[in-house]
Amino acid sequence: MLTTELIRLLAFLVGIIAFAAGNAAYLVYAERKGAAFFQRRTGPKEVGPQGLLQPLADGIKLMTKQLLVPEGVDPILFKIAPIMLMVPAVMSFVAIPFSEQLTARHIDLGLLMIFAFASVNVLGLLIGGWGSANKYAIIASARVVSQNVAYEIPMLLTAITLVMATNTMNLNEIVAQQGGGFWNWNLIRLTWAASPLTPVAFLIFFTCMLCETNRAPFDMAEAESELVAGTFTEYPGMGFGVFFMGEYANIVIGASLVTVLFLGGWQSPLPFLPNSVVWFLMKMYAIIFTVIWIRWTYPRIQFYKLLNLSWKILIPISLFNLILTAGWLKVF
Amino acid sequence: MTLEVVDKSLETFVLNLGPQHPATHGVLRVKLTMDGEYIVHAEPVLGYIHRMHEKMGENRTWAQYMPNTARMDYLAALSYNHGYAAAVERAMGIEVPERAEYIRCITVELNRIASHLLWFGAFVLDLGGFTPLLYAFDDREQILDLLEAITGARLTFCYFRFGGLYNDIDDDFITGTRAFIKRLRSRMPMYHDLVTNNIILIKRLKEIGPISQEMARRYGATGPVLRGSGVNFDVRKHEPYSVYPEFDFDIPVYSEGDSMARYMVRMDEIEQSMRIVEQGLDKLPEGPIMAEKVPKILKPPKGDYYCAVEAARGSFGIRLVSDGTNTPYRLKLRSPTFSNLSLFSEACHGMIMADALALMGTLDLVIPEIDR
Amino acid sequence: MLIDEIKQALANLAVIEKKEVKTETAAPAPAEGETDQADAGKIVTTEVIEEPALHQTDYAQKGYHLDITVAPDDVVSAAKQLLKLGFFIEAVTGVDWIKENQLEVVYDYNHWDECCRVVVRTFLDREKPEVPTISEVYSGANWHERETHDFFGISFLGHPDLSPFLLPEDADYHPLLKDFKA
Repeated sequence: MLTTELIRLLAFLVGIIAFAAGNAAYLVYAERKGAAFFQRRTGPKEVGPQGLLQPLADGIKLMTKQLLVPEGVDPILFKIAPIMLMVPAVMSFVAIPFSEQLTARHIDLGLLMIFAFASVNVLGLLIGGWGSANKYAIIASARVVSQNVAYEIPMLLTAITLVMATNTMNLNEIVAQQGGGFWNWNLIRLTWAASPLTPVAFLIFFTCMLCETNRAPFDMAEAESELVAGTFTEYPGMGFGVFFMGEYANIVIGASLVTVLFLGGWQSPLPFLPNSVVWFLMKMYAIIFTVIWIRWTYPRIQFYKLLNLSWKILIPISLFNLILTAGWLKVF
Repeated sequence: MTLEVVDKSLETFVLNLGPQHPATHGVLRVKLTMDGEYIVHAEPVLGYIHRMHEKMGENRTWAQYMPNTARMDYLAALSYNHGYAAAVERAMGIEVPERAEYIRCITVELNRIASHLLWFGAFVLDLGGFTPLLYAFDDREQILDLLEAITGARLTFCYFRFGGLYNDIDDDFITGTRAFIKRLRSRMPMYHDLVTNNIILIKRLKEIGPISQEMARRYGATGPVLRGSGVNFDVRKHEPYSVYPEFDFDIPVYSEGDSMARYMVRMDEIEQSMRIVEQGLDKLPEGPIMAEKVPKILKPPKGDYYCAVEAARGSFGIRLVSDGTNTPYRLKLRSPTFSNLSLFSEACHGMIMADALALMGTLDLVIPEIDR
Repeated sequence: MLIDEIKQALANLAVIEKKEVKTETAAPAPAEGETDQADAGKIVTTEVIEEPALHQTDYAQKGYHLDITVAPDDVVSAAKQLLKLGFFIEAVTGVDWIKENQLEVVYDYNHWDECCRVVVRTFLDREKPEVPTISEVYSGANWHERETHDFFGISFLGHPDLSPFLLPEDADYHPLLKDFKA
């Protein structure tokens, strides 16, 4: 019993790390090809067939660069920061249900665990900026902290409304409740909607997910044209590489969360088709494609207007949604 | 959003928007004294690309100086060529044949469209929208191909000569230009849809960076910076030169004075330039492209002369002092962005950095033109 | 008309310049026996007349409308008069007249409403070129004067900051002077 459990754990460990790393590497490629498509050019096509070995070339380049630590930085903070960004993201994969059987651990408080780890990711960016002893990096990390704090709140509020309706924080059960067909997905549930505002909650959650992962149009942390490279300015070679991988791993987590909570996870859209991990992956990659699409289309917003959006618009709407849900559930 | 009162006891730090920075177009260094995110004092530091063109003018003959004029504002080089050629022609009393004047106007307006397209792409890039740059460059590439066929250069044109041009245009150029105008006209609605009407861009530009008329008068601002503040001043209508009186075009003027107004002035100017090119091609007369009796060695009469043309960035002026020999005695180039940038220090006081960069983008800086 | 208004406003500031005017008058018939063919019929008299250096120039020929020469100390009052009538500053520059041992400072003004270019000149001693700054009146002149100081070494009295602008920070030479050797 113990050995099978151990083997299962080891298999999942290797699987998750491979999934996270593979995604981080190939999402970079997908982003570059996607950007090229939106900008009417071809993107990477030299290395390997259709440029598919490009991430390998990038990885080799980053690994062979000298890991220099600039003078004047705090050595411990400087080196910990990229790790603090990458590790929580990978660890959050443990709770995500890829399919009915492919879940690493059925954690009862899975949703809470993922949100907890998402906060550690902000800490990583703050430490990276502060430890770099570079004015641009410090401004960037100050911006990142205020942005992430501001946008975590609506995210949590919308998640709470869902939890109130589904009565559980176990992600696998949340998905199981969305069985039947696409009309049962939490997004447009007609049997007993969590509240009539659930589609709005979906949009708010999606926007907050974009903010938490520091993607354009909310990429203050790396506002290229203003702050050179923001928090990552001083990081050479693989240090920068780890930051980047952490960012893409976060995007994957965010997209999986959206899929699980609102789009029915591994449930198939039509009742007679079998449920499988393929549906999960398709939905997740559709969300990631939208994230990439949004990045290359819109300009960046100003910082104080960004915070205004959160504090003055999204939070009141989420609070209203929360109260409405509570009332709805009481009545129905 | 601006700081209302600046307290002297603020703890400020100095940030260098260094000579190498993605958003300053060219080697411009701005020493910003900042309080948190607000700019308390901004001081542009210039001279990183100063090549002393005015001294070069004194060491070359009149004709040898023509290529220099293209190296200053390299994005709208034909306007600078035009200014210099017109100044010397005024001094010598040379009359340029009509066909040459029409071709000069057509090519200068095409160059103006190319310069504004590049400004549009680079400006939106500064604001974080990466994609319109590539679409704008696609259109600009077509203009450069057209101009390369007749002038031989893509960027630093040296096409005009004293008394006319050195190369005539052919039918390929005319059909190509007409096709290009048709294509660009059909793409402008797309730019307006995706970029101008984008809520994020509107929030980024409306009421940001106001420049009042009084400030513009004190600093001598010209070009779209001035027309975005409600002043109807364009050298082509104000002091008509060449054959501009023959064309029917409007001068876009917006009175709000904010960054959005300056943005809209340039976008509308692209449309007006297209009108001028079309009318020029329709009315193009036959005839010689070079004046008859232009001496090989030019010796303008003694005295000083001034000539102004409307470059893409504003009113470009040349002041020539001639002492009757074959080299200029003094050549002063009055570049429009020099005056436009001088008001940056006063205008960006109390702004946050993102807004100051939006303001700098709308000033349409080309640093080699400022430094000469 | 704007040009008449500004002419009136600047009239008393113009420096008086001396001009030599040669007039030819018919000579009385030569006396008997003295026939000098060369001078026959003409007497040339040279008078020196003084008039203010305020000229309305031919725009098509020169490119500007009004040309006035003022004393160095009157530059600021001229600028104030021009600002009152709504002119804007276009350029400030210098010209080195090494043969006459003078440095000339030229101010170019223009107007938004009506095309009227006014050129204000002043001549300075080449050994000690000093002229008051107009940057209090026209803020844009600040940078123009800094550049002119860089190129010619002209001191603008009262200017807030005359450090090298386009030249390197430690430059102590003035390149546009005619006797500058690189």
